[in-house]
Amino acid sequence: MKSLGIDIGSRTIKVAVINNGNVTISRKSENSFNTLEVCKKLLEGLDYDAITSTGYGRHLFAEHYKCNTISEIKAFAVGAAHILPSCRTVLDIGGQDTKAIALDGKGNFTKFEMNDKCAAGTGRFLEIMAMTLRYTLEEFGNEALKSNTATNISSMCTVFAESEVVSMLAKGNDRQSVAKGIHQSVVNRTISLLNRVGINNDILFAGGVAYNKCIVNILEEQLNKKVFINDDPQIIGALGAAIYGTY
Amino acid sequence: MSDYHEMWASLGLDLKTHDAVLEIVGKGYQDVFLSQKNRPEGMKYFDFVMSEVHGLRIKEIMDAKAEGRKVIGTFCVFVPEELVLAVNGVCVGLCAGAELGFEEAEKYLPRNTCSLIKSAFGFKLAKVCPYIESSDLIVGENTCDGKKKAYESYKDIVGNLYVMDLPQMKSEAGKALLKAEYVKFAQKLEEISGKKITVESLKKGIEIVNNKRAAMSRLAKLRFADPTPISGLDALLANQVYFYDNPERFTASVNAICDELEKRIQDNIGVAPKGSPRILISGCPMAVPNWKIPFIIENSNAIIVGEEMCTGERGTRNLVKDQASSVEELINNIVDRYFEIDCAIFTPNQNRLEHIKQMVKEYKADGVLHYGLQFCQPYQMESKVVEKELEKAGIPVLLIETDYSQEDAGQIKTRVEAFIERIS
Ligand code: SF4
Ligand code: SF4
Repeated sequence: MKSLGIDIGSRTIKVAVINNGNVTISRKSENSFNTLEVCKKLLEGLDYDAITSTGYGRHLFAEHYKCNTISEIKAFAVGAAHILPSCRTVLDIGGQDTKAIALDGKGNFTKFEMNDKCAAGTGRFLEIMAMTLRYTLEEFGNEALKSNTATNISSMCTVFAESEVVSMLAKGNDRQSVAKGIHQSVVNRTISLLNRVGINNDILFAGGVAYNKCIVNILEEQLNKKVFINDDPQIIGALGAAIYGTY
Repeated sequence: MSDYHEMWASLGLDLKTHDAVLEIVGKGYQDVFLSQKNRPEGMKYFDFVMSEVHGLRIKEIMDAKAEGRKVIGTFCVFVPEELVLAVNGVCVGLCAGAELGFEEAEKYLPRNTCSLIKSAFGFKLAKVCPYIESSDLIVGENTCDGKKKAYESYKDIVGNLYVMDLPQMKSEAGKALLKAEYVKFAQKLEEISGKKITVESLKKGIEIVNNKRAAMSRLAKLRFADPTPISGLDALLANQVYFYDNPERFTASVNAICDELEKRIQDNIGVAPKGSPRILISGCPMAVPNWKIPFIIENSNAIIVGEEMCTGERGTRNLVKDQASSVEELINNIVDRYFEIDCAIFTPNQNRLEHIKQMVKEYKADGVLHYGLQFCQPYQMESKVVEKELEKAGIPVLLIETDYSQEDAGQIKTRVEAFIERIS
């Protein structure tokens, strides 16, 4: 059976098709103001027997495609258990939200936490901070990685952090060090979220922010644990939805 | 519907804003309540009450005032309605559940004040609440620090505020304080109404309120059934209207709904399929038109079976004993009943935890959603203990911290759905 999962996130839409437990196709695209149009393009030419949607746009999609939906939490739990059966903790840092999920090893999640309504600590926060420092998103992580020092950022609110960063630069603080400080603050925030569900091995880091080497570095250093990142950390939710469709 | 603009103008409402509010609430009511399937027939009464909540009910209240009866506005279930009725007064709840006039309110309150307090100020400052405007006496009570300090400035904007002190511990001294405050309140009521509280009038008041609470308990118990015969939204609505309506008419209407629900249970009719995930809500009160969380839950294929809230069982459980031969003894009985309310402003508050566990069992709830208003210290602090203790007992808990805005609805929906997946 060919099962398709679609994860409609605020920034990116991801699609995965599995056939007999193997991923045969995965695609992604930036979301736009016209979510359904982006979905339609992504699905073009794909062959599938079942479809399951997840992500914040799941209901909108399901209304049009008359399909099942599952929450992102469930999708990540299922997807993570498939990729890494020994996984007990999932961390997902996406565009608008951050999730920490505890798994029981039998494919169920036992607890989950999400960031509250502000964007602090999410991918969006990093994007805005990169812009404030005039870096591209890619440079941002790489440059931060080069710094041996991290300037301490005290505000976690995006708006305040932005002006704090601007005034730090004006005071002559090193740009790389400020960049590192921002990464540090995101990791601190992430760890407190993880602590609320309990941090147990193995840990899988999913979502677009997992591409950021500096975040991964600091996270592993602070946790004193290795975190696993698969080849395509953005696909876990879509994969989970696809697997769920075969149940 | 009649035109009440003249009455509203005479109460000093800001007609333009008020019209807008009525429109929003009416639209919200339509979307949230009238869209539900399989509603009990008896809910039509509540539809009517809600459509006339600023109309006919206010007119009744104005008529009562014209007869010399006093209107007492309250913010907390610790204010005994029995005493108000004993001087032939009318008791109305003033708690407000919408984000309105917050900017104005923030001239008096710090931004990190809970939405409930902010909207009490907002509704007054925006001149949109006929209940506030028709109250002869507004009772503030010293519960949380937020309310306690807020009343200091509220006094300046409402002009007829009476502050009642409340204990913080369930000790003998605490009980003595509650009694002293109720005696003082009784005197105040006698003074403004010019009526003496007698054994007879107080017994009558007790009877009316007992009947009202008994009807609510009856309704609550019918929700033990699976399939559940009434939605959590409709039950919450009854709990909210409890604070505004004519108590005797309200009691009769709730009992009529209960008769209908009993029939439904016999016939195995429910509002959601048998076996739907059952959720108990616990935490801060939800005042009209705060329906955000229940709406999300019940539109995610789960059903709310009970409310451990002041707009719910915490507010309505236990009756006042009416055997006594003097006013003082009756007041003692009232104190006994109210002293059991396990609000989070008390320390320690172990009983609330026991009540939640007991309710989970009785209502056969699959999980508990703890609803805490942002910046509400008492309930937020207690939520951590509730979560720890319940999870330890094998009861899944979801902590939701929110306010009156709608911005976080999408995120809450994700969390609620995931929680439902967890408990199904
Ligand atoms: S939660 Fe506490 S302060 Fe609020 S109405 Fe209930 S008893 Fe009163
Ligand atoms: S919700 Fe909490 S902070 Fe707000 S009035 Fe009630 S007890 Fe006080």
